[in-house]
Amino acid sequence: MDSLKPDRSLDLRGTVCPFNFVKTKLALEEMAPDQLLEIIIDDGEPVRNVPRSIKNEGHKIVEVENWGNAFRLLIRKVSDHQSLP
Amino acid sequence: MSISTEGEKAILIAGQEIRIRPEELKSGGLIPQKQRNMVTVRCMAPGGRVTATRLKRIAEVAEKYGHGVVHLSVRMSPEILYVPLDKVEALAKELEEVGQRIASCGKRVRVPTACGGCEYNPNGITDTQALAEEVNARYFGIEAFHKFKISFSGCPIDCPRSRESDLGFQGQVEPELVADLCTGCGLCVRACQDDALSMEPLLKTPRARNGLPVRDAANCLSCGDCIKACPFEAMVAKRKGHAIYVGGKHGKHPHVAYPLAEFVPDEKVFPLIEIVMQWYKEHGKRDERLGLTIDRVGIDSLRMRLKDVIGENLLGPEDLAKPRWRRIFWAGTADTFPTYSELGDEA
Repeated sequence: MDSLKPDRSLDLRGTVCPFNFVKTKLALEEMAPDQLLEIIIDDGEPVRNVPRSIKNEGHKIVEVENWGNAFRLLIRKVSDHQSLP
Repeated sequence: MSISTEGEKAILIAGQEIRIRPEELKSGGLIPQKQRNMVTVRCMAPGGRVTATRLKRIAEVAEKYGHGVVHLSVRMSPEILYVPLDKVEALAKELEEVGQRIASCGKRVRVPTACGGCEYNPNGITDTQALAEEVNARYFGIEAFHKFKISFSGCPIDCPRSRESDLGFQGQVEPELVADLCTGCGLCVRACQDDALSMEPLLKTPRARNGLPVRDAANCLSCGDCIKACPFEAMVAKRKGHAIYVGGKHGKHPHVAYPLAEFVPDEKVFPLIEIVMQWYKEHGKRDERLGLTIDRVGIDSLRMRLKDVIGENLLGPEDLAKPRWRRIFWAGTADTFPTYSELGDEA
């Protein structure tokens, strides 16, 4: 499976919760619908919290790579009106 | 007027006659204070939720009739302090204008407590607020041998403390893997804090080249963290419901509740409450909390009564022997207490 090419990338290793999600959310807000954001988060608490928060916002996680002590997530931004429940 | 255990004086509260004796005062939601002729007025707030309009009115009457202070009770009821007994009727009328009722205390079914609910809490599994409202409407105030407290927790984090309630409901969800949708990314394994999931390298699908997650049901606490974390909707809810605890209480003599059932669906909550209350009515004694009645009569008597309604959900001895229930139920109870040695001179 060839990896999709991200439009923007954030290395959030070392960034604690909830700031890793806040940075992700702010980045997504600046992006256009359907663009792809790559984030890299630490294993542990960020892995438990960040993906579910992204889902709750209505965005779509399209790829996940397990790097052992970190995870790479590729997120497709949904349009603003789709992101609200 | 003064509070007397002999007098039969009565006052009207919201059209209802309340006798002025401590126990009767409590039935109307008035708690006698140390101060002569002063009571605390307990306001009803099922699930701890109160509208802003009612909250404003509670604040207004607290300033008008009390000392301008409201205490939030441990079980979520706003209590207006320092209300002179002869002002209670006027205060109650003003509360009634915005639909704010006074709650009762004493030996009866109390206002249920509940967590914030699943409508906004990301951890929520069951609709605790709706159930608390409905239970309050149906059963509030029914007299019993002792206080009867019901609580609703939306998930196993259990903020309202199911194990300290006479009847505690705790939301739970059983996850199930849709293998065809799983990419084997492992996020669910990392999301689980109870070692209930592990990656199985032998099981593979075209999408999951690295294997699939496998669940150990004995360790799973049914919190649903794996479902919430899965990016591909591959981990789904097989069934949702309530874990049920009975006979818990706090106080001078705390009693940890018995785990009774799991995955009880919403529609069986009310029949279950009615059977438990009926059983308590038949087997209980005056001044005996439900947990002590169960201790005396035996949990099997209650389980048998519930068999027709939630037979498939009842927990048996084999369930309680599993690590899942040992970790939830037994941890911290007497048989796991550390052994203390006599304190002597340091060796």
